[in-house]
Parts: sequence; structure tokens; C-alpha cells
Amino acid sequence: MALLSVEGLRTQFDTSAGTVRAVDGVSFAIERGEVLGLVGESGCGKSVTSLSIMRLVPPPGRITAGRVRLEGEDLLDKDGEAMRRVRGARMAMVFQEPMTSLNPVFTIGDQIAAAVQAHAGVGRRAAWERAVEMLDHVQVPAPRERAREYPHQLSGGLRQRAMIALALAPGPQLLIADEPTTALDVTIQAQILDLLRRLQAERGMGVLLITHDLGVVAEVCHRVAIIYAGRIVEMAPVASIFSAPMHPYTRGLLRSLPHPSRFGQPLSSIDGAPPDLRRIGGGCRFAPRCPYVRDSCRADEPALIEREPGHLVACPW
Amino acid sequence: MSVVAEAVLPLSAPRRRRVSFRAVFGLSALLLIGGSAVFAPQLAPWDPGKQMLLKRLRAPMWQERGLREHPLGTDHLGRDILSRILYGGRISLGVGLTAVTLSALIGVSLGLVAGFFGGRADALIMRIVDVFLAIPYILLAMGVVFALGPSLLNVILVMGATRWVQFARIVRADVLSLREREFVAGARARGNRSLRLLLRHVLPNALTPIIVVATLELAFMIIYESALSFLGLGVQPPTPTWGWMLADGRNYVATAWWLATFPGLAIMLTVLAVNLLGDWLRDTLDPRLKV
Repeated sequence: MALLSVEGLRTQFDTSAGTVRAVDGVSFAIERGEVLGLVGESGCGKSVTSLSIMRLVPPPGRITAGRVRLEGEDLLDKDGEAMRRVRGARMAMVFQEPMTSLNPVFTIGDQIAAAVQAHAGVGRRAAWERAVEMLDHVQVPAPRERAREYPHQLSGGLRQRAMIALALAPGPQLLIADEPTTALDVTIQAQILDLLRRLQAERGMGVLLITHDLGVVAEVCHRVAIIYAGRIVEMAPVASIFSAPMHPYTRGLLRSLPHPSRFGQPLSSIDGAPPDLRRIGGGCRFAPRCPYVRDSCRADEPALIEREPGHLVACPW
Repeated sequence: MSVVAEAVLPLSAPRRRRVSFRAVFGLSALLLIGGSAVFAPQLAPWDPGKQMLLKRLRAPMWQERGLREHPLGTDHLGRDILSRILYGGRISLGVGLTAVTLSALIGVSLGLVAGFFGGRADALIMRIVDVFLAIPYILLAMGVVFALGPSLLNVILVMGATRWVQFARIVRADVLSLREREFVAGARARGNRSLRLLLRHVLPNALTPIIVVATLELAFMIIYESALSFLGLGVQPPTPTWGWMLADGRNYVATAWWLATFPGLAIMLTVLAVNLLGDWLRDTLDPRLKV
């Protein structure tokens, strides 16, 4: 049984300007100890997917169809209180912005200790010790002193480490990391990714890593799902995505990365823009931008099929 | 080289807590006023209600017609001004503090609920706020006191129940922006209950404006109480209150300035001390402003 399985998830936002289908039939699974990268450009439904899994989609957004199972338990059937007990304890989230993701009026030690106390039911002193241990665990130097500092006294990298300690303190089996390194500079990014990979391996956690950065994917993910306009277009082990991409969108993304063999040439880009999520008809969503488009692409939406073992793609050609 | 070292050192050196003038002055003035109100029976040289018609309208002791036994003079009924100010502080401070606490409790709770949950709760609470803002608070207070009769408790209740809108509006506005902050979303994603989100993540971050409003309101309440007393709706004479003394002394301001001046100074000093202390508290409680 997979740690997390998402089947046919649909989340839409009913706005006065029309219904936005932000996530439109997304299915994937994460095994224990696996890191799945969810890659896509801005506005393609990455973050809404993660919020849907946590059932924290802000109104007017709502989940209209699909199943989300954590260790076989259906999360969409749970009432609010049962869902609340799942959050934090069994699945946790790390956000993009370490500057604003910590409560500015409490020390980081206080915040981690509170998370420990809420889920482990230990005393104040024990929770504090556990918080210091967690900070040490995420390689914060001088954790005992740092625990007494406020978020504004820490650098971006340290703050993101504190965020990770905070998320992992209750011992969740699934970690959803929503662009955890986007706001950091490159050297710190590498350190945080190393840390995430190490913690994930030590704890055997499943990780859903949301990013738009294919470099990050190559570094930490086992498998990758490429999402476009609310749908997964290709899902494969990380090596196959880079060596043998099948979907034209994936190929376009990879071609837009700088590469030594194309040194001196301008970076290529994918022409056009993603479709308006309020007006999606039949047919392949990528068809208007696809260099290989055929008439049949515009008629039927291609299904995600397994073309090679473990390599799924939503393009019949 | 030395320039660089000097520029860097203050950051790494352990932080020293500088004694702030505002804190020292505000706190000591407030302790002095509060202490003299608490210990008024021990400190006051005279019974504040004792009338001595032969010593009417005596000037303070350093003036020509002053008497040693009445340091701040006497009023038109020959009552000792100093004793009346000491006793009056008990009413003014006590009523002010309890009324501010009451109105903060009502206003902050309603503001938190309105801002955090939004929707119907917000619409309902804010319409009530509009109603309270539309009716002049003095008029509202008059109506209520007329109906219930003037007493210390009723005055406090009326003051708290008419001024809570100040807290509700400020808190709601702050909560509206706070609830969208990522650390609140993060706390929710860690499975915190709404009540805990409100009390631990939203309320502490909204404390700064609450403290500022509370100090301004404490000053306002002292004057509000005086106004009600002046209209005959507050604490009833012969109980001495600063507001009443000020209002009463108005009639003699041309001939006996000390009647209105000393209670006025007492009000001013109290309000000033409270404001300085509130200002200092705000800076200290906000860790982002710590140097």
C-alpha cells in the first residue's frame, strides 16, 4: 500500500469571473521513503494540489472529485477534527517563504516545543529539550543558544532549517515541501536540499517536493511528475525524465535549461502561454503550443498511459 | 581597520538593556499615583467630606491666605483639596482601569472573531459596531444610567459597553491581515485548532495596537468618568472624583484657581504617565523593534 495515493483529484475555484479548474484530475502515489517531484510553471496547480492533500484549500476553492488516501485512509471522508489530527502529526508542510512562515513573537525554540507538546503530550522541559535536539538535527549551529532567538534574528537559511525542524518535530511520515528553496540563494539552497534528502533517508519519510526548478528535481527526487494546466502530463523516474523525456512539454522544459553543448546559443523557450483555466475544452491542453500537434490532439484529451515500465505520459505520439 | 571593528562590534556584543526615561518616569509616576490612591486613608490629612465653612476657599499654603494644614487649599465648602484628590484617585483610576479592561475584553474578543472567521459573524459584529458608532456614546450612557440608576457598577458597565468598538475595529483590521500570513497557514498545517491559532498566533501579533489603544482609552475613560459625573450620571457626590472636582471648580476659576487646577493636574499627570508607559511597552513587546 502506498503511503499517499491521490486519484482523480479535482479542485476548482468558483469565482465571479468563472470557474477555475486549478487541479483537474490529478493522480499519483508516493511510497514510503520516496521523493516525488511535482514540477510545473506558475499557476499550473502545484500548490493547489498540495493544499488539497492537506485539505487546506482556501475558499472559494473546493475539492469536487477524487480520493486522497494516506496509508489507505481516505482523507476526504474525514470530518474537520479527524483531519486536524492528521495534519502535523502524520503529514507536515514546509513553505516557500522562511521569512514569514515563523511566528515573529515567539522564539524558535518555543515554537518547536509547542509543536512537540501538541502531538507528543510531554512536559514543558522535555519539549524544550526535544526542540533543541531537533535544531541540532537540522544542523543549526549552537542549537541551545539559537533556540532562544526570535525568527528575525536568524538568516534565511537558518530560518528554513528551523521551519524544517518545526515540521518534522511531531514525526510525520509524509512531508510536503512547497518550493522550500526558492527564496534562498544558491549555496544555501544546496545545503537545504542536502539536509532534506538526508532527513528523508534517515526517517524513511515520503516527500512531495513541489518546485519549478528542474535542477532541484535532479538533485533530490526519485520520481518526477510534470504538471501542466492542472493535469499531469508525464510521470517517470528522475533518470528517464532527463534522458528520455516523452511529452513535448517536458522536452520543451528541458530544452529551455542552459546546457554546455548549446553554449553560445540563445536559450530556447516554449512559444505561447498556458491556457486560461476557466476555458478548457476537449483536447490536449498543450496542443496550442505543441510543435508536433495533430488534428486528433484537438479532439480528445489524451489519457496518461504507461509507455514504458514506470514511465507514464499523456501523449499518444 | 579599527573603523571596521567598531562598526561590527556592537552587533556581536551582548545586548544591554538601556534604562528608558519613558519607562522610569511613566512607571514611577503611575506607582506614585496608584500608591497614593490605595493608601489615601493613611495619607490624607483630612476626611475628604469634612466641611469647614470658616476655612472656605483658602489658597494653597505657599500663598498669602494659605494655611499650613491645607497644603493645596480648600474648596467652596471648606473641604481639603489634597485629601479629596487622594481619595478621588481611587475612583478615577479604579473606574478607568476596570472600564478599560471590560471594554478591551469585549472589543478584542469580538474583533478577533469578526476578523478571523469573517462571513456572517463579521457582518453581524461590524453592523453592531456601526450602530454603536452612530449613537453618541454619552447619549447612550445617559439612557442606560437613567434606566438603571447611577451607581459605581453601572457607570463602569456603561463605560465598558460603549467604548469596546474602538478595540473591536482595531483588532479586526489587524486580524484581517494577520490571518493571511504564512505562519498562520503553517500553524494550521501543523494541526492547530482555530482557538489556538487565534490565541497563540493571531492575538500576540495584534498586541501592539491593543496596548496603544488601551492606554489611550484609559486616559479617555478617566475623562469620560468625569464627564458622566459632571452630568450627574457618574459616581454621585459627596464621593470625591477628579472629574467632579474639575467641573465644580470651574465656577471659581477666576477667583480660586486651585479648585480646578489641582484635579486637572492629577488627570494630566496620570494620562501622561499611562501614555509614556504604553509607548515604552509597545516598543519592548515587539521583538522586531529590539536593538
